[in-house]
Parts: sequence; structure tokens; C-alpha cells
Amino acid sequence: MSTPILEIRDLCVSYGKVEALHHINLKVAAGQIVTVIGPNGAGKTTMLSAIMGLLPSKGEIEFQGEVQRDIEVEHLVAMGMTLVPEKRALFGEMSVEDNLLLGAFMRYRAGDRDQGKTMDQVFGTFPRLKERRAQLAGTLSGGERQMLAVGRALMAKPKLLMLDEPSLGLAPLIVREIFHIIADLKKTGVAILLVEQNARAALQIADYGYVLETGSVALEGESRALADDPRVVETYLGLGGKKQ
Amino acid sequence: MDLQIALLLGQDGIVNGAIYALLALALVLVFAVTRVIFIPQGEFVAYGALTLAAFEAGKTPGTLWLLLGAGVLVALIDTVIAVRGGNPGRIKRIVLWDLALPAAIAGLVLWLEPATLPLAAKVALSLAIVVPLGPMIYRLAYQPLAEASVLVLLIVSVAVHIALVGLGLLFFGAEGSRTTPFSEAQFNVGTLTVNGQTLWVLGASCVLIVALYLFFGRTLYGKALRATAINRVGARLMGISTTLAGKLSFTLAAGIGALSGILIAPITTVYYDTGFLIGLKGFVAAIIAGLVSYPLAAAGAILVGLLESFSSFWASAFKEVIVFTLIIPVLVWRSLTSHHVEEEE
Amino acid sequence: MKQRLPLLVFLAVLVLAPPLLPEFYVTLLNYIGLYSIVALGLVLLTGVGGLTSFGQAAFVGLGAYATGYLSTAHELSPWLGLLAGLGITAAVALVLGFLTLRLSGHYLPLGTIAWGLSLYFLFGNLEFLGGHTGLTGIPVLELAGFKLDTGREFYYLIWVVLLGAVLATQNLLDSREGRAIRALKGGGLMAESMGVDTARTKTIIFLIAALFACVSGWLYAHLQRFVNPTPFGLHIGIEYLFMAVVGGAAHVWGALLGAGVLTILKQWLQDILPQIFGQSGNFEVIFFGIMLILVLQRARDGLWPWLVRLVPVKVDRQRTVAEAEPLPCRQMPAAGTVLLEVKDARKQFGGLVANDNMSLTVKAGEVMALIGPNGAGKSTMFNCISGVDPLTSGEIRFLGERTDALVSREMARRGMGRTFQHVRLLPTMSVLENVAIGAHLRGAKGVLSSSLHLERAEEARLLAEAKRQLERVGLGEHLFEEAGSLPLGQQRILEIARALCVDPYLLLLDEPAAGLRYLEKQALAELLRKLRAQGMGILLVEHDMDFVMGLADRVVVMEFGEKISEGLPEEVQKDPVVLEAYLGGVE
Repeated sequence: MSTPILEIRDLCVSYGKVEALHHINLKVAAGQIVTVIGPNGAGKTTMLSAIMGLLPSKGEIEFQGEVQRDIEVEHLVAMGMTLVPEKRALFGEMSVEDNLLLGAFMRYRAGDRDQGKTMDQVFGTFPRLKERRAQLAGTLSGGERQMLAVGRALMAKPKLLMLDEPSLGLAPLIVREIFHIIADLKKTGVAILLVEQNARAALQIADYGYVLETGSVALEGESRALADDPRVVETYLGLGGKKQ
Repeated sequence: MDLQIALLLGQDGIVNGAIYALLALALVLVFAVTRVIFIPQGEFVAYGALTLAAFEAGKTPGTLWLLLGAGVLVALIDTVIAVRGGNPGRIKRIVLWDLALPAAIAGLVLWLEPATLPLAAKVALSLAIVVPLGPMIYRLAYQPLAEASVLVLLIVSVAVHIALVGLGLLFFGAEGSRTTPFSEAQFNVGTLTVNGQTLWVLGASCVLIVALYLFFGRTLYGKALRATAINRVGARLMGISTTLAGKLSFTLAAGIGALSGILIAPITTVYYDTGFLIGLKGFVAAIIAGLVSYPLAAAGAILVGLLESFSSFWASAFKEVIVFTLIIPVLVWRSLTSHHVEEEE
Repeated sequence: MKQRLPLLVFLAVLVLAPPLLPEFYVTLLNYIGLYSIVALGLVLLTGVGGLTSFGQAAFVGLGAYATGYLSTAHELSPWLGLLAGLGITAAVALVLGFLTLRLSGHYLPLGTIAWGLSLYFLFGNLEFLGGHTGLTGIPVLELAGFKLDTGREFYYLIWVVLLGAVLATQNLLDSREGRAIRALKGGGLMAESMGVDTARTKTIIFLIAALFACVSGWLYAHLQRFVNPTPFGLHIGIEYLFMAVVGGAAHVWGALLGAGVLTILKQWLQDILPQIFGQSGNFEVIFFGIMLILVLQRARDGLWPWLVRLVPVKVDRQRTVAEAEPLPCRQMPAAGTVLLEVKDARKQFGGLVANDNMSLTVKAGEVMALIGPNGAGKSTMFNCISGVDPLTSGEIRFLGERTDALVSREMARRGMGRTFQHVRLLPTMSVLENVAIGAHLRGAKGVLSSSLHLERAEEARLLAEAKRQLERVGLGEHLFEEAGSLPLGQQRILEIARALCVDPYLLLLDEPAAGLRYLEKQALAELLRKLRAQGMGILLVEHDMDFVMGLADRVVVMEFGEKISEGLPEEVQKDPVVLEAYLGGVE
């Protein structure tokens, strides 16, 4: 693996007295797609929240070669980390365009004024959003919401894009479309950390994968090797791949 | 009651209602963005009015010392945090906003002899002293508890309120004050006499409401505040920090409060503790709106103003009882229309 | 004995104080006692129940004015005055509670601010209550022919009342009703699903707090022998809340500590501040305000926990559960009887359709599994079935009766027990007590017998039942640990024990195996098989396919809120629609 853009060492997260995440080690190389798969309750969302600074954690998070001491969401966003959360967290009573503009809030504060251009690029990736630019985000369909959430994150021109279950609740066709777009995004140079339940789809587009189970990394490896690993097939690829 | 009295009372009610509307808007804003029920809003009304009155009387208002003191305290706390967190780069901003700015205001006040200045300059100086107190109070009292429940934040609000009332008594004494009207003009419309100050209040309220509308609809910072109100986590992920949103909304609320005080000071005598009752009437209006709807809050405020002025005519001793009992039917109505399953925070 | 020592010393000091102390200090102690009674009500209401009132001073005023007016204008006995005060207070509290308790949390405190203000202005403006001058010449209180006309004598009455109230409150909190009260803060939805009427419970604690305040007012009136509106204003109401919060709002003794600290501090500040500032006024409020903010920022639990740590006495927690006669159980219907029938259910949140055209049945003695990808609407279906959310349209029948309009506590009453996808328990309460909440409906004793601890026999049976269910699910070793200290997987198992305490015909389990290890999953499957064999019906949402396929009798597969397949586990596994839903990756 080339120089990692994100490296996590010994990450632990506790809720009250219970430790939910135990000593996680994980790397994302620049320009790669890395996926974290695992069953419900394994701690995938907890891990992303901790990396993003939404939850207090122990351990070391190194982003772009800098160890983050005082992890603050705003600071990480300014440095180029973005998270598209599982619930999308859109601003439902605001227009698609305003949602996108707010995605570039941190860059606007820093003095960048090229939001128009970035928005055109986002519209290039998601033509559907352009059609709906004046519509309120709350009135979009499930797939469009996911597109808006990703588009909004791209407005920040991130170095690392973290996606939490982008396939959640979407029809297979839309899931396919979203995954194609994620695979395409890789070509723009952004590194992607993809958390998914839909293990097969995630492993197909990822370079490297981790399997999270009850708060620990159970397996890791090149995604192709992982997809063929009998333990993954058995546990996570579900119904079709049961024991012969 | 004849028509003339009715018109007079109606005029009174609408003027007061306009002020309550401004306060109600600020309360709804602060609650939506920070979940703080901003009980101390009324103290900003009193501080605004009494600071202006102190200038007129040729005194240095005590609020100036509060500004300097709060600035030093904020600077101290933030510097310690910045050094501990390994961000000494932040100290420049801290010195600028929490020390240099208050010092500059103090310098202006002590050097300019405000009593001799025109009214507009006095108003500007009063606002310059009182408005920065908003974000500073947010920093000191609320920011460390930003993740606490609405209930804890409410108790903090009440604590801030009584501390500010006590300080108000210390700064301005128990005597009330009235300031010079912005305009002495009088207009006769049929049998009704309209004072210049009345028009000032109504005009300023309208301008302020339009300005707020534009701020929230057109500027990125206004949109950022709305975004925080709609989805706090989403806003944080865009880099809109809870602290930034909190300070911004408290600045707006403090500004609206202080300006309201300055507008009504020529009409009513303002005491150090007057603000609380005025603020609470803004609250009744905000509650009518369920603490969420801006237009409903404004309409509720006019209703409260009218109710107050008419009940002061019919049963003046029970004026306050009637206004605050209004909240009961309002709550009945709200409890009948809301069907939400209680879910804890 | 040793752990009671601090209490005994405290009581001894209380008894000996009046003859030994100068008048001034006795008066101070009297006021501390009076304030503590009010603050105690707030501990119950705010600290334990999570509700807040700034208007308690108004209830104190009702108690004081009721007896003041009746005993002067009509020369009635102070005891009649007490009754009248309690009656009026109860009526007012019930009306206010009815109006505000059903709304979200902050409406009650806001309502009490408005209410506290109006009542204050009312006291000051009503002719027959003496306006702002108030009422004078209130008679001396007589107790069994003995006149209480000095502060030293009155002292004992105040403190006996206070200690009685403390004891009753402690008893109440340690009971079935007390568990319901403690569940209000952070567990409302869960408690409702276990059959607790939370609106009623909230009203009860609001009522108790108001009545405590009223009694304090009655005592105050006969101690002072005059009343005017000043001590019943909103700012005093705020001070009462400060006392509770500063002392430690979650502890009954915190009320006494807070009242003591604030009363003494106020006395002291009122002496020195006017000298410092060179003018007179209520400057102590500046310090109270700042102190409260600091307490909330630095030590949100108040001073009591901090004081307890200074006293080196180990408190022995209860470690055993007494043997008791088992509670009566429901007779399970014959295997195959239809327990639950959902027909054409549709659930819409605004424009979002979460469930549509959903139909399923669960029979006695079978495990029915509801599976589907994340976000397919399984938990929504669960919430509709268990009465947490109402259906938009369609029909749900439980044991043959329509239930889609019923709330969750009614479903619990009818024999439905459930667990939650995101664990809902009270983390600082013991495992045993958490589970005992499930048995809420199997006890009947109310608040009064709980405060007097006349319900110990029933309580023992409830706890024994909780213990039995915990042993059944394999948590028998952890009865007295804090529930929040269990690993997440075991917290899910705890929820199953709690649901079993409902004594259900039908058990709804939302992802019970998530976070469990292999052996734990096996044990869980074993338990569910046993329950099935006893005739219980089980509806299961689960992601672990091995677990589901090895256990379920029938499976319903959901996607996008609708049923896409139904049948035996083997059939469903081969259904191409299901394969597509689960495995439809990118081509």
C-alpha cells in the first residue's frame, strides 16, 4: 500500500462503561477505495463517527500525515475529510442548491469563492440533481437523497470521502447506479472509505477490505481475496453462499 | 369604551406587540439553533435601554465593566484551552475579539463623552456594549453544556437570568429611567393621535424583520444557522460548528433584545428588572408558535400586546395575571393539536 | 449498623439542637426544614422524574394562603386549612399537569413560570387576601392541646414532617411505582411498552411535589403567623429549584443539603454584599446564578455525591432476593392458535411510505422470522404491531381482537412482550430492577402503600419473578450489577428477560442476536426453542441468517416496506426474488 491518507491505530470507543470498539487498526491509501463490511451492530457506524470526531475515542488518528490530537469535526472538514452519514442528514426544508452550497461552507469561510464551478462538477456527476436544484431536499426520492448527500460532501472538495451504508434502503437498480458513481469518483483522486452491509457490492468496487465483527477487525485483505474467503462468504454474503 | 379609547389601546397594543414579536423571533431562533430557552433575553432589553439612559445622564454604564470583565474571562478560558489543545494559533483571534474589541469600545466611551453626542451615536455605542455580551455569555454559560438536555439548558438560562438581574441592579440601581424620544413629532389621523416614537418602533421592527428574512434567505451564514436548526449533525459535518452557530444566534438575539429596549425606553420607564416581564411576554408569543414557527410567533406577539393593553383598561390590577394566564388556553390548544409520542433526548 | 451511623448522628444532632442553639440558629434551621420539604418534592420531580417546575413557590403560597384565609376570616381550625390547601393544590396541580405533561418536556417548566407569575400577582391583587400587605393574625397551631407558639417548639413539627416525607419518598422510590418513576427519565418509551402509564406516573410525581410544597406553606403560615405575597414569587420558586440542583437533584438527602447550603449562604451574602457594593439590594442572586452554572458545568449531580465520598462508610447494596410465592402465569393457548394477524398494513411518515401491503400471522408455539435488508421497514412494522406507532391504514388483530388503535402499554397488558433494536434500559439501575419493570402490570399496589412500604409481599414476588427470568436467560450471575456495565450483547439478553416478565403470549424480538458471540447465540437459540415448546409465539427480526434459518418455522422477507416472499426457511432461501434483494450487487 502506498502512503496512507488516513491511518488509525488502536482506536477504542466506549459508550458509558461498555467498550463498543476494540483496538481498531485501519489504513486508507491515497486514491483508493477501502471498504469496511460487517453485520449490524458490529460497530461500523461507531467507527466512522469516532474518526470524524463526532464521538470521543481513544487511540491515534493520523490524517494526511498529521496525528490529530484534538479531534474536532470542523477542523477535520477544513482539512478535507467528509462523512456522508447513514441517515444522510440533509437539510430537508432547504433547496437542493442550498444544501450543496452549505457543503462548501468551510471553503467559503476559508476564502474560496469557486462554489459555482464545483457545483457544476457535482451536477455533471449527478445530472438528476441539476433538474431538481430548486426543489426542497425533503421532497426527493431515496436515491436522489443519497446523491444529494454525496454531492454535498463533494462540494467540500474532500481528500477523503467516508460513506456510511450508501445502499441503505435503496432499490437494487439505484444501488447499482450509486456504486458505479462511487467507483467513478475514485478516478478523480479522492480516497474513499466505504462502510457497507452489502458486502458483495462493496468488495467489487473496493481495493482493500476489512471485516468488522463485534467491535473488532476479524479479517482484512485485498478485496478480491476477501470476497473469495470462505469465512466471509459464509457469514456475510448471506443466503446464497451457505455451507455446501 | 368609545372608539377613540379603543383606537388608543389598539395602538398601544400593536406597539408593544411589535416589540414582543421581535423578542419572540429571537427566542424561536435561539431555541431552534441551540435548544436554549433564552430566558435572559429580557435582560438584554433592560441593559440596552438603561445603557442608553446612562449615556443620556452623563454616566458611564456598568455594562461596560461587565463587557470588559466577561471579555477577560472568555480570553483566559479560551487561551488555556488553546494552549492545552496545542493550537496556540488561536490566541490571536482570542485577543482580538475578547480583549481588543471590548477595550476599544471602552476607550471610545471614556474618550468621547457620550452625553454630548447625537442620539444615533449614543444608540450605536449602547449596542456596541450590550451586543457582544450575547456571544460571551453563550461562551461562558452555555457552550460547555452544548450537548446537555433542553431541561439543563433551561435551568442554566434561569441562572443566567437571575445573575444578570442582580448585576443590573448593581449597575443601574433600583431607579427606573426613560430616554428622550427619537422623534417628538405627532400626527393626527382622524381622531387618533400617533406619536413619532410609535412610528419609529413599528418602522424599526419591520426593517429588522425584513433584514432577518434576507439574512436567513440570502446569506450563507444565515443558511448555516437554518441548517443547524434543521439538522445539527448534518451542519457539523459541513463544518458549521455548534459553537459558531450558538455565538451567531446569541449575537442576533442580544442585538434584537438591546434594540427593543432602546426602542421602548422613550415610551415606558425601564427598571433593572423590567426586561424579564417583557421577555416573558415574547415567550408567551413564542409558545403560541410552539417555539418553531416565525410567522405564528409574530402573530401571537401582536395578540399578546393587544390583550395586555385592553386588559389594562378593564382590569389594570390583573393585567399581568390575564396575560400570563393566556398561556393556559394556548397550552390546551397545543396539547390537543400535537400528537407526538414522548421520546427522550 | 455501621452504615447507619451517619444517619443516627444526624438525627441526634437534630434532636439536641433547639435547646442548645441560640434563637437565630433555630430560626435558620426552621427555614432550612421548610425549604427542604419543597426541595424534596423537586428531587422527586426533577432529579428522578426529569420534569421541572419553577413554580413550586406558588404551591407553597396556596398552602399558606388557604390556611391563612380560613383561619382568620372564618376562624376555622388550621387543620381544616391544611385540608383545604391540599385540596386546592391537588386540583390546580392536576389541571396544570393535564395541560402540560403530555407536551414535550420544556412546556411544563415554561408553564410553571407563567403560572408562578400569575399566582403571585393574584395573591397581591385580591382584596380578600389582603393585597400586597397580606393577612395577619394567623392563629397558633395546636397539637394535642399543646400550643406551638415558639420557634423552638415548631422546630420539632417541621423536622418530623420533613423526615417523614424523606422516608416516604425513599420508600416510594424503592418499589414498583418507584421503578416506573425512575424510568421516566430516559426510558419513557420502554416503560410504556412494559405497561407503565407514563402520563399518570408523571402526574403523580407532579402532584406529590405540589403537595409537599403546600404542606411547607401551611407550616410557614403558622410559624410566621402572617403571610404576604413576597415569599411566593417566581424568584423564590427558582431558588427552590436551585436548592434541589445544588444539593443533588437525584438524591433525597440532596434536598436537605441544598436547602441548608443555599439558606446559610444567602444569609451570609445578604450580610456582606451590601457592604462590599455600598448599596442595598438582592445581590446574592448574582452569586447564586453563577454558582448554579458552575455546578451544572462541573458537577451536574450536585454536592451530595461529593459529600458521600467524603464519608468513609461503605454502603452494602442488597445482595439477595428473598424467596417468594411465584406470580400467577397466563395459560398459553394451544399450539397453532393464531396469535397475531396483520392485514394490509400501511405506515406512512409524512411522504415516506415505510410499510405497505404488509400481511403476516404468528401462531402460538412457532417462531416467525421477519428478515430483509437494512431499511426495509422491519422495525417500523414492529413498532406498529406493538402499539408504539399507529398504523396509517390496515388492520392488526391480537388474539382475535382489533388492536391497531391501541397504545403500547395496552398491548403489554394483553400479553405482548418486546425488545428494542437499540437497547433501551436504565443504565444506572441494577439488572434485577430493570427486569422487574417488565413485571409492572403483574403488581397492583399503588403509591400510598409503596410510600408506607405496605406492599413488601407483592414486591418480593415481583423481584423473585425478575430473578427467575434472569436465571432463565442466563444472567443469574449479574442480578445486582448496573445494567449499563453489561456488554451490549448481554444487554439485549436482559431485554428478553424483561419482556418475559410481562408473561407474554407473543414475544417480539428485534435483532436479539446482534453483538452476541457464537456460543451465546447457541444458548439464545436454545432458550427460544424452549419458549416455543411451552406454546409462546415468537416474532423475530434478525440479520444473522444462520441463526434465523436454524430456528425459524416460517420466514417473511421484506424489502422497501413490502413483503416480497414468505414461506419455510428452505423455500425462501431459494426464492430468486430474495436472492436478488440480498445479493443484487453490481454487475
